[in-house]
Amino acid sequence: MRWFPVALAVALAAAITFLTLPVVAIFVDSTPAQLIESLGDPGALDALWLSLRTTATALAIILVVGTPAAYLLATRSFRGKAIVVTLIELPLVLPPAAAGIALLAALGPEGLLGGAVEAAGVELTLATAGVVVALTFVASPFYVRQAMAAFASVDRTLLDASRTLGASEARGFVRVMIPAAMPGLAAGAALALGRALGEFGATLMFAGSFEGITQTVPLAIYARLGTDFEAALALSAVLVAVSAAILLSVKLVQGSEALGGAAR
Amino acid sequence: MVLRVEAHTRVGALDLGVELEVAPGECLALAGPSGAGKTSVLRVAAGLLRPRRGLVEAGLETWLDTERGIDRPPERRRCGYLFQEYALFPHLTAWQNVAYPLREVPRRERRERAVELLGRFGMGELADARPGTLSGGERQRVALARALARRPDVLLLDEPLSALDARTRAVAARELTAVLRDTEVPALLVTHDFAEAAQLGHRVGVIDAGRVVQEGTPSELAAAPRSAFVADFTGAVVLTGTAHAAAAGLTRVDLDGGGSVTSTDRAEGPVAISVYPWEIAIEPAGEARHGSTQNRLAAEVLSVTTVGNRVRLGLAAPQALAAEITLASAEALGLRAGMQVTASWKAAATRLVAR
Repeated sequence: MRWFPVALAVALAAAITFLTLPVVAIFVDSTPAQLIESLGDPGALDALWLSLRTTATALAIILVVGTPAAYLLATRSFRGKAIVVTLIELPLVLPPAAAGIALLAALGPEGLLGGAVEAAGVELTLATAGVVVALTFVASPFYVRQAMAAFASVDRTLLDASRTLGASEARGFVRVMIPAAMPGLAAGAALALGRALGEFGATLMFAGSFEGITQTVPLAIYARLGTDFEAALALSAVLVAVSAAILLSVKLVQGSEALGGAAR
Repeated sequence: MVLRVEAHTRVGALDLGVELEVAPGECLALAGPSGAGKTSVLRVAAGLLRPRRGLVEAGLETWLDTERGIDRPPERRRCGYLFQEYALFPHLTAWQNVAYPLREVPRRERRERAVELLGRFGMGELADARPGTLSGGERQRVALARALARRPDVLLLDEPLSALDARTRAVAARELTAVLRDTEVPALLVTHDFAEAAQLGHRVGVIDAGRVVQEGTPSELAAAPRSAFVADFTGAVVLTGTAHAAAAGLTRVDLDGGGSVTSTDRAEGPVAISVYPWEIAIEPAGEARHGSTQNRLAAEVLSVTTVGNRVRLGLAAPQALAAEITLASAEALGLRAGMQVTASWKAAATRLVAR
């Protein structure tokens, strides 16, 4: 037998084991009955509900602002575009703790725009709105990057065709470009959703960890770590299940597209 | 309604300088090699490309006049644009594609109108199919129905047949000819294939490196090319006539303007005849018939153009003809303008295409 295929297989086996073992352990360590019982804790349910609300709000903001911005970047060329794209992608590589500090420095009470935020009557630090800001900050680059690639891969003559058929560019954007880029947009939205749902560091630094106000599921898991390992495990299991569901639905959407393409 | 297009601009490395006019109901075919600027002319007309200096007029409307600062956006120019790869919207069904421009039609009637338009191209039954599941010929029909849906003032066709395989192309060409015959608006078509231009266009403009180097009917261009490029590019001679079945499975074609030729192709009714100039032999007039060539036409030499080691002869027969012979033969025959000759070629070298 050749040694190289064997080496490849060994590498894959090692990767699979290492990546799946912790996930499997979450579900093996406790019985489903225990998991459900632990979720009876009102603090846990509050955290779940808060995570869903803040993630949904952040995702809505990301979609509404990110989609047109990504479209502009994908369809126009202008001086300094590479710099703009790099700036947008910066939060991708920013350590979450640094992101939290950065948000405080910008929007915190003593921050760059702290006065303006206060004058507008908005409370961000130690408030639910702050969680949304943190989630939006760390998750939006995932969507914008993917959406840019999706728009760039749509045949530009579709937009030309739309215009010669009497539709303004805005109408073509809504009726042609968004539907044609949909698989890529959906994948980007799922990535951003997953990132927002699991957000920990920036939220903790910027919004704090107050039950029912800023304590999302990842923060609640951390808070329970020292006192109630079972409860931490149960919340983790829920988070894993939701994340897996997101990943699976993206694969299904893309899989059906791929199948549709093969049937041509 | 006349379409007038003037475009002077740089497109990448190409220096485009084109001025042309198309009469109502006429089809002007711009033919030239790829990179000659053909598609850019269409894009200027449609408003998808803004030239440095240019003018686009459709009838009494001015769509573009760089000097007066007029530049209507594409959506406000009534162009029926057939894109090279058809540019059908992949997420919409055939009828939804056709209904896309029908915004003035009440929502409830749109489907009916779109299906009716598709029906005109024999596509009514595939109204609910998505473009991805259609063949090349079917996609072209959907794209044509969509381009015509808004009753455009101008038709712009970009390589309408090049995305089709050879068999589908013949059928599509016939349908397109019918559409172009029935339409009352000016049509501007671009193609890299002179035979296609000759078949679909009433007039052909040969475009090279951003300039229209010669314009005329297909046979004028083939018979009297003004440059070696046009001579080379035009390739086949195109004649027109009416075909009848003849004895022995052959077809006799009575040429428009007199004379007749025989072909081994089968056809009936109005046809275009194509012969390659290098298939045509020349002999001095009045010589007795000899050999196997079926088709013999008396002609007068109009022009003698040297193309490399060959000579392109422009001939005045009932319809203009072109023959290409070696330089040596031309010198041996002492050919010059004004001489009477007989042009002959084989029935098997005579291709027929229904018009």
